[in-house]
Amino acid sequence: MNGLAHQIVAGIATGGIYAAVALAIVMIYQATHHVNFAQGEMATLSTFIAWSMINAGMPYWVAFFATVAVSFAIGVAIERLLMRPVQNAPELTHVGVFIGLLLIIGNATGWIFGYTTKSFPSPFHSDKPLAGGLISAHELGSTVVTLAVLLLVWAFFRFTRLGLAMRAAAYNPRSARLVGIRVGWMLALGWGLAAAIGAVAGMMVAPIVFLDPTMMLGILLYAFAGALLGGIDNPMGAVIGGFVVGVLENLAGAYVVGTELKLTVALAIIIGVLVVRPSGLFGRVVYSRV
Amino acid sequence: MLLEARGLKAGYGQTQVLHGLDFDVAEGGVTALLGANGAGKTTTLRAICGMCRVEGAVSFRGQALPGRATEDIVRLGIAHVPDGRGTFMELSVEENFRLGAYIRRDREVAADFDRLCGWFPRLKQRWKQQAGTLSGGEQQMLAIARALLLRPKLLLLDEPSFGLAPLIVQEIFDIMRRVRDESGVGILLVEQNANLALELADLAYLLETGRIVAHGRAAEIRQDEAIRRSYLGY
Repeated sequence: MNGLAHQIVAGIATGGIYAAVALAIVMIYQATHHVNFAQGEMATLSTFIAWSMINAGMPYWVAFFATVAVSFAIGVAIERLLMRPVQNAPELTHVGVFIGLLLIIGNATGWIFGYTTKSFPSPFHSDKPLAGGLISAHELGSTVVTLAVLLLVWAFFRFTRLGLAMRAAAYNPRSARLVGIRVGWMLALGWGLAAAIGAVAGMMVAPIVFLDPTMMLGILLYAFAGALLGGIDNPMGAVIGGFVVGVLENLAGAYVVGTELKLTVALAIIIGVLVVRPSGLFGRVVYSRV
Repeated sequence: MLLEARGLKAGYGQTQVLHGLDFDVAEGGVTALLGANGAGKTTTLRAICGMCRVEGAVSFRGQALPGRATEDIVRLGIAHVPDGRGTFMELSVEENFRLGAYIRRDREVAADFDRLCGWFPRLKQRWKQQAGTLSGGEQQMLAIARALLLRPKLLLLDEPSFGLAPLIVQEIFDIMRRVRDESGVGILLVEQNANLALELADLAYLLETGRIVAHGRAAEIRQDEAIRRSYLGY
């Protein structure tokens, strides 16, 4: 029984990471109707930036916030320099650019930081077991951090003027321009936010999976499964989907398929959702007349 | 003049829709653009806002508009209620109001919210409701309120009566009369319902396939039997 409880708790902890990455994917998808395949690679690069800051002797939390800021700037720069020139290009051009971005960032990360696996520190420690050994200090800490990020992002979109403008620009760019919103910049801000959220996810997952240039590959798949499960056009749904996938993955890994086949669970969820309910559990069904 | 168009040409891609229009909107005045479907009325409004390919001269309070981005034209003080209304269906009435005042930094936004809620009491009742759930008339009211919240100098209205029941149309035109009389906003009105438009306007232009075929004071156009028969159909 304790084993089951532990699997669920651990699932929620990793689910928080998937939820954050899923939210990053959905934010860009809502505004552009494209899935950013490079989201994972961007997060890995951010984690390496944090790693080198910490290795250079910076205190963990200073490095943490500096990394979030740098990642935000990188996200904005990618949108302004790479995505903007192709914004009206056909779907396939976008797929090409995203794959190019994924390969370039992934290989650049390996080239700069090396391909050897590195350990990444966790800022959360505890001398005695928490809740009778049910949850580790890092699991608890990273769950709190990801929940705090999700809450912050939600509050930003719900309550601030800029958040409202970004939502308006994503829902209806033409009308947004007619109230004076600079839609291009809202898009760039969205990329920045997505990159910053991804950076947090990377830094929280790195102590568990260890740091190497392909660290986020599997996580991006789980996150994508979560986003699809919840509905790719619904941020709240994607977050819930991320948590569900985290728990399912852990339970399936422990009791059903074993750890080797865990990633298959994500793929099965993706295919299952696409076949049974393409708009996801909370997604909007879009009808188009021809 | 608030707005002056001279030799305005516009189109989409290879298609030319407007073949050189000259028209004016006076400070605080109402200009009506009339004409059948496909005459180029909607395109004229889009051309002013930089939403399509534009040649020729358009000046707004002495500033040239062509070549500017839509959001910059809006920031000069031009509010456009486009065809299809341009409200944010997914957002609440309140959020649509807040977006209408997005570019404003002054402290009178809250007072304007109250004033417009007084003009459109139904919107006040639906304050927290998603705009997509409003009736057609309520959505048109929301679109006009959203545009007025910009505190524009010029209001562009694209067929505000379209698809609405006669009673609602009457209500909306009453509001527009109020806008004209109380706020000093210049209005460029595109309408199929020529009778209503001419009642409100002081200047009128008749469009046919991208050219102006008649123009004059609205009162004169209304009385011109020949124009009424051949172009306005009543």
